[in-house]
Amino acid sequence: MAERMQICNLSENNFEQCTKCSICTTVCPVAAVTTDYPGPKQAGPDGERYRLKDPAYFDKALKLCLNCKRCEVACPSGVHIADIIQHARMKASEGHRASLRDTMLANTDLLGTVANLVAPIANATLGLKPTKLVMHSVMAIDKNRTFPAYSRQKFTTWFKRHAAKEQDSYPNHVSYFHGCYVNYNFPQLGQDLVKVMNAIGYGVHMLEKEQCCGVALIANGLYKQAKRQANVNTASIRQAAGTNHSTVLTTSSSCTFNLRDEYPAMLDIDNSDIRNNISLATRFIYNLVDEEKVKLVFKQDYKRRIAYHTACHMQRMGWQLYSIELLRMIPGLDLQVLEQECCGISGTYGFKKENYERSQAIGSILFKHIEDAQVEAVATDCETCKWQIEMSTGLPVENPISILADALDVEATRRANGI
Amino acid sequence: MVTTDIYNKEYDVIIVGGGATGAGTARDCALRGLSVLLVERNDYSTGATGRNHGLMHSGARYAVTDSESASECISENMILRRIARHCVEETDGLFITLPEDDLQYQHTFVEACQRAGIRADVIDPEEARRIEPAVNPELIGAVRIPDAAIDPFRLTVANLLDARMHGAETLNYHEMEGFIMNQNRVEGVKLLNKLNGQHVEVRSRVVVNAAGIWGQRIAQMAGVNISMFPARGALLIFGHRVNNMVINRCRKPANADILVPDDTVCVIGTTSDRIPIETVDDMRVTREEVDVLLKEGIKIAPKLATTRIIRAYAGVRPLVASDDDPSGRSISRGIVCLDHAKRDGVEGFITITGGKMMTYRLMGEIVTNAVCAKLGNTAPCVTASQPLPGSEEGAPNQSDLTKRYSFGQRAAIGRHGSLASRIEKENDIDNALVCECEGVTMGEIKYAVHQLHVHNLVNLRRRTRVGMGTCQGKLCSCRAASIMGELRNDVKGAQEDLAAFLDERWKGMRPVAWGDTLREAQLTAFIYEGLCGLDKAVNMQGKEDVQ
Repeated sequence: MAERMQICNLSENNFEQCTKCSICTTVCPVAAVTTDYPGPKQAGPDGERYRLKDPAYFDKALKLCLNCKRCEVACPSGVHIADIIQHARMKASEGHRASLRDTMLANTDLLGTVANLVAPIANATLGLKPTKLVMHSVMAIDKNRTFPAYSRQKFTTWFKRHAAKEQDSYPNHVSYFHGCYVNYNFPQLGQDLVKVMNAIGYGVHMLEKEQCCGVALIANGLYKQAKRQANVNTASIRQAAGTNHSTVLTTSSSCTFNLRDEYPAMLDIDNSDIRNNISLATRFIYNLVDEEKVKLVFKQDYKRRIAYHTACHMQRMGWQLYSIELLRMIPGLDLQVLEQECCGISGTYGFKKENYERSQAIGSILFKHIEDAQVEAVATDCETCKWQIEMSTGLPVENPISILADALDVEATRRANGI
Repeated sequence: MVTTDIYNKEYDVIIVGGGATGAGTARDCALRGLSVLLVERNDYSTGATGRNHGLMHSGARYAVTDSESASECISENMILRRIARHCVEETDGLFITLPEDDLQYQHTFVEACQRAGIRADVIDPEEARRIEPAVNPELIGAVRIPDAAIDPFRLTVANLLDARMHGAETLNYHEMEGFIMNQNRVEGVKLLNKLNGQHVEVRSRVVVNAAGIWGQRIAQMAGVNISMFPARGALLIFGHRVNNMVINRCRKPANADILVPDDTVCVIGTTSDRIPIETVDDMRVTREEVDVLLKEGIKIAPKLATTRIIRAYAGVRPLVASDDDPSGRSISRGIVCLDHAKRDGVEGFITITGGKMMTYRLMGEIVTNAVCAKLGNTAPCVTASQPLPGSEEGAPNQSDLTKRYSFGQRAAIGRHGSLASRIEKENDIDNALVCECEGVTMGEIKYAVHQLHVHNLVNLRRRTRVGMGTCQGKLCSCRAASIMGELRNDVKGAQEDLAAFLDERWKGMRPVAWGDTLREAQLTAFIYEGLCGLDKAVNMQGKEDVQ
């Protein structure tokens, strides 16, 4: 009878499914480089039992967690280890205000809006040694880091002026969640997406309202603001669901993971009705080709050797195969798929002075693999991985969509798809 | 380890039994200046002391049926909060009335509590749900009372430590084989050292029988008859806390009506069955007991239905027959102190029994008074006011957020109070966690092995919580065995100890081996048998069970 009573003893405390096998700790990139961090098993399921007893058992070392979710991918028991750690951090931060540095790093869209206005000055100033030293000592942003350059024109401005009008003329339609990086730093990626989608007969539309997905806000403890923005985005995606551009494409793995999985897990937002509408563009295009709904035609003379790096959140979603297989469709591309290793940046984590050395130590294995691969560029779906790899290896890093746009014979593709 | 000096001394008093009562008596005797030897046949706190709820009764549970016990409990409860702070967690408790219970009983209960001097505040069910979210939300009444959680292992060790600091000797794994008798006078005890098989005799002026349910056998060795009524109770340990306050059912005491938050876990219990005295060493929990505990426990806190059970255990209450009832059938409720000189004509022999873990200190005081009367010692009892080692004034508190402690250090302070300062924590190795579930560091293991009478992993578990977490020793037991093997320079012994420890852990898991607990056990078996071949390395056949 007792067994029957407990037949589905799935507690809301998912940590009790942990059998202490410790596989998570063996894949944790932080535990691999420092003894200061107890590892995901201890920080997550083990520590949680003590925190239920007394919140004083919160271990400050939990701040070293990258939230890369590699532990969750490895866990054979399906324990949401990183979520447990993030929730513990969330609880411990109640009543504390985030520092100016963390607030600044987290508010990627606010910072971007300001910086766009003064982009040439901002780029020049942020790159100067004295500025870096001031930021290093006053703000605790590591002096070795360079902020990604800000664009003079926002992606949305470009889109309004040069692309919006013709989008209705295509037979099919999608929405695009461009994210902060495309909008403020690198509009080219957004333009590449519009180019590719248009070529296969899809018009691209902006959401009614888009705010920063909030991944950095969550990482820096600004949960209330993250929830406000998440509600705006979820409402916009829900609004799009009622239109002919209900699918929402993204070009950033972290934005995607945040919109789909972190909103319900970390911010307690129910997005179950629209979660499946959100897809990374590479996945969406791969599926269209696979189902023979569209055709891609590539340039004859395209020839490059590129390595693909799986971003951690990409691995958590299990979607790297879409990007890899899509890139493999390009005949002239010699694609080297790298072992799955964390690059160490984890969004804003590596920008912080106290994390810089650890961040580089974590990434060193990946950097070595890239060096050994003898490639001219690296492809990845995450913008912060891009900054880290560019800074640490000197190689250019590109989004798979940009590579696709570059390799695509646009006119031939349009013809092949009857556009 | 044991020097013959300990055997050769003549003591004022030898105490038989290393539970809370024996330890408390040893402490009291030592503080009054007596020379003391305590002997225990197994490890300290292996009997009823280590096999109960870990509940620091307010006395409310006894208020209606046994007002004398209730008054003793509340008085001792207040004393322990002062003298044993590091063993106590001041949780407070609730007595809840469910729709199936009679709300009238609440009035009877509150009145009885007030008579016994126990604070009992009737609170709104809504308020009860707010302060203890795990409580059955269908409750129709609630009373808040000063129950708390207490760790009986720590409590016993703290008493033993203080006794030793005041000159007492304590020996575990020394079993009583008989008395040294001189006509009608007890002059000492005959012991078997179970660690090396040596038979010894040790002399004393008085012997105190504090052996709990086994006291009947001890008394028989001196030709004295005491009728004990063993009452068995089974309990279940859940993998983590669902409640942060003690929750009781507000009704006549019955099966599974108390849920106690103990350190990182919570415990539901108990059943109550009279058993024959011959079976008191059989601690196996039956399927029926598990069923009834779970069925009733879910009524207290519905979450228990979906929470992993990590093990089941049982203990035996040492109830004793009233001397004034010639039939021997009526049970004496409170503390029973028998001077066998007066009662049976056997000089130099006193039995202290009945009572509860809660009243161990008072039992120690009562029997020490009797010992002192025999020996002409007039020193007053100070155990009610003098803090136990670990709980002195200014001892650190694990909840102190202003101090920067590592996880393991915080856990160690929770377990050892101020004595945690004796744990080495200067380097990374000493701070490394051996038991990750319970936050036990290498330093704490070394401290326990060197200073807390640890002979094997089971002893170590009682002193530190190694292996008490959800993995039940899967990871820590191997590490701990390796440390002990190194400290003792005995690899083979460490392997055997490891196998015995894992076997002992499995015994408690077996009655509740389904779901995640079964997966856990299977992984453990796979690692130690399949991967390490421990069952091949160690011959467990015919090995005497140390427990």
